Amino acid sequence: MAVDKFTIEDLTRILREAAGADEGVDLDGDIAETDFEELGYESLALLETGGRIEREYGISLDEDALAAARTPTALVDLVNAHLAAAQAV
Amino acid sequence: MTRRVVITGVGVTAPGSPGVKNFWDLLTAGRTATRRISFFDPSPFRSQVAAEVDFDAELHGLSPQEIRRMDRAAQFAVVTAREAIADSGLEFEALDPSRIGVTIGSAVGATMGLDQEYRTVSDGGRLELVDHNYAVPHLYNYMVPSSFATEVAWASGAEGPSTVVSTGCTSGLDAIGYAADVIREGSADVMVAGATDAPISPITVACFDAIKATTPRNDDPEHASRPFDASRNGFVMGEGAAVFVLEELESARQRGAKVYAEVAGYATRSNAFHMTGLRPDGKEMAEAIRVALAEARLNPEDIDYINAHGSGTKQNDRHETAAFKRSLGEHAYRTPVSSIKSMVGHSLGAIGSIEVAASVLAMQHDVVPPTANLHNPDPECDLDYVPLVARDWKTDAVLSVGSGFGGFQSAVVLANPDRSAR
Amino acid sequence: MTEVVVTGLGIAAPTGLGLDAYWANTLAGVSGLGRVTRFDPSNYPARLAGEIRDFAAEEVLPSRLLPQTDRMTRIALVAADWAFADAGVVPADLPEYDVGVITASHSGGFEFGQNELRALWSKGGQYVSAYQSFAWFYAVNSGQISIRNGLRGPSSVVVTDQAGGLDALAQARRQIRKGTSMVLAGAVDASICPWGWVAQLTSGRLSERDDPARAYLPFDDRAAGHVPGEGGALLVLENAEHARARGARVYGVVAGHASTVDPAPGRDRAPTLQKAIDHALADAGAVPDEIDVVFADAAAVPELDRAEAEAITKVFGPRGVPVTAPKTGTGRLYSGAAPLDLAAALLAIRDGVLPPTVHTTLSERYELDLVTGAPRRADVRSALVVARGQGGFNSAMVVRAPR
Repeated sequence: MAVDKFTIEDLTRILREAAGADEGVDLDGDIAETDFEELGYESLALLETGGRIEREYGISLDEDALAAARTPTALVDLVNAHLAAAQAV
Repeated sequence: MTRRVVITGVGVTAPGSPGVKNFWDLLTAGRTATRRISFFDPSPFRSQVAAEVDFDAELHGLSPQEIRRMDRAAQFAVVTAREAIADSGLEFEALDPSRIGVTIGSAVGATMGLDQEYRTVSDGGRLELVDHNYAVPHLYNYMVPSSFATEVAWASGAEGPSTVVSTGCTSGLDAIGYAADVIREGSADVMVAGATDAPISPITVACFDAIKATTPRNDDPEHASRPFDASRNGFVMGEGAAVFVLEELESARQRGAKVYAEVAGYATRSNAFHMTGLRPDGKEMAEAIRVALAEARLNPEDIDYINAHGSGTKQNDRHETAAFKRSLGEHAYRTPVSSIKSMVGHSLGAIGSIEVAASVLAMQHDVVPPTANLHNPDPECDLDYVPLVARDWKTDAVLSVGSGFGGFQSAVVLANPDRSAR
Repeated sequence: MTEVVVTGLGIAAPTGLGLDAYWANTLAGVSGLGRVTRFDPSNYPARLAGEIRDFAAEEVLPSRLLPQTDRMTRIALVAADWAFADAGVVPADLPEYDVGVITASHSGGFEFGQNELRALWSKGGQYVSAYQSFAWFYAVNSGQISIRNGLRGPSSVVVTDQAGGLDALAQARRQIRKGTSMVLAGAVDASICPWGWVAQLTSGRLSERDDPARAYLPFDDRAAGHVPGEGGALLVLENAEHARARGARVYGVVAGHASTVDPAPGRDRAPTLQKAIDHALADAGAVPDEIDVVFADAAAVPELDRAEAEAITKVFGPRGVPVTAPKTGTGRLYSGAAPLDLAAALLAIRDGVLPPTVHTTLSERYELDLVTGAPRRADVRSALVVARGQGGFNSAMVVRAPR
């Protein structure tokens, strides 16, 4: 997929598909630095999210790095790093 | 007077070679039956190891017709039930069939058959409207795993209460608890009870890959299942079955039966927490243990050996270590704890019964099986896990526990029926 | 021995979502059978189903649950909510280990499994959902209901084909007798998807007719298989003392149960349905005369109808007891069918009325007093529910009016 940038909007869309959204949370609000746990996403939800990102963008995320990405910003950065690496090849 | 329930026959089909003797030889030698998956090419998958049974259905006396209509898990169940029945020395033909029942545990039913048949009727996934013209006639029996209970009932001549219990990875314990309760309440006198699963198929491997629950240690399959070891990184899928003959104690004694153990206590509780996750405090498992001990009228100090769930995921090993301490107190530190999953893998719904088999054999031989591959225990797992080598150990009462997806936490207490009551 | 009562009903059926809608339609003889809409059934030999048409999961369940649940789990979660509400309890308010959940399953989340199998074989293993590890399996409804409601008591799942629903209720009674105050028990099934359809077709028991009024006709000379449906019922079972102490409204007492499995074909032995009925009556301490209505299994396969009619006639005498099969209006709901029948039996006790069997014209071969056409007024003190599953399973349960 010819995409050079993964955005927080991409992430919230995939999060919704992969795991829905907690009732008390506004995913369109300022969540970039909020811990996923506070947003109501546990590791299972993030594994499903990670799997969907990998499939959609044709990348393979490093497992430990994915587990370590605790906020939307961290995950977006991780995906962009993988996209950049993939395009550099 | 409460009816008491004892195990008088044992059958095991475990990874490696089938049969009780082969199973016990493997465990006491500390050998592992884990290997690179041979049933299909596992190279597209993250985890490529499993513990497979070298099983020849024909050699085990199943007719071509039986082999055709039964999924591998059903075949395991029938062959293993026959071993247990023969071992019990009980003349089933002489009994009132309505007083014999069947309880078979299974987490994932005929998953191998379903995977294969879906591939066929969907033309390799191409057809959304799958084609019924290509369906095998017994597909319905794959769809509904109570067919396993029917097959075992037919093999044993049972006409009493018969069912499949399917509580994920505690199925093998819950099936035994269920059957014991049926005898206690008087609905049957003999139960053929145990569990079976044959999950080593692409769909199961893929679904555990997706949650990274199985180990990616593909370069060293023999040492891939490493419960309680600091280097563990997921479980190794297994397959197999264990089936028992359960009887009411007095009638077993009257016929001079060999009694392996009393199913003295059983309880299950739910963590109501998460479908796959475990809370680190082990609270609900500890409660199941407490209730099972109370039903057995035993104190924590009476437990000689704990057969752990020990799946080899970090989450599990810490969870149950906490549960043992919480329920048994200081005695947890003095009690040998081992995980046979280090040797035979994790056969999902079957393993609880296979672990009960290991437990009653430990009582019979006064030997506890080891935890293989345990070289450097996780510092958070600080109990005596019987590393590497089986141990001579006087064993009159055993606690066997399990955790399952869905939040199920189960405990079975097996004891010498002649123990002194508290 | 501890008496076990029913204090809450959660019903989801093709003829109505919720107790009131279901019961009103059932008494009115409304049929929920129709052509399958969830996929195009044109190329399959069977094309009718009892579908639940107006269930909108996204309106009644949190979005967090939707990606990880099969349709049958969504319906079950909502039916569980209704059952607890009907019982007037918030389970989380009860002591921690006091409430369990015991369901029966038939084929798990078959549609979820279908979609993941398709992803696997059409695209590859990495396309399989993280939720596949539990969303399709047989234990999923008990697990999800336990989590949503904070139920930490003894939970379980039984699979006994279409007899399983009663076996789940019986297991709940066992656990209550062992000391648990309350167990939510029953079953909800739904496998109306192409893969489920093809698997069900191999049972050889699906009706291939296209007229909903002529497709599922148990005890009729025209009987030629059944129409599958989706839904079921979850019931709140409770220790009678516990129910009394909290002033709960009681629908009835779970008085007796027994189950059997038939001998292998070809053995010279009789089928065991009658034994299951006899033993259930004995377990309830009841004589046949005390039973005011039988909710039949009603397979609509001629030989199975004959076996059931014979068993009922042997126990109760020719036309000795009113027999009904309201499942003719819903289709067979697999493990959900028998708990729904048990709920209907309790409502018959409550209202003094027997719901009719729809569409069927009783064959002269059967000496049954089949309730057809219109509901029948009757003082109902005790009812018997019969359920059978493929593979020879028979299960029978007796419920009684509250004292």
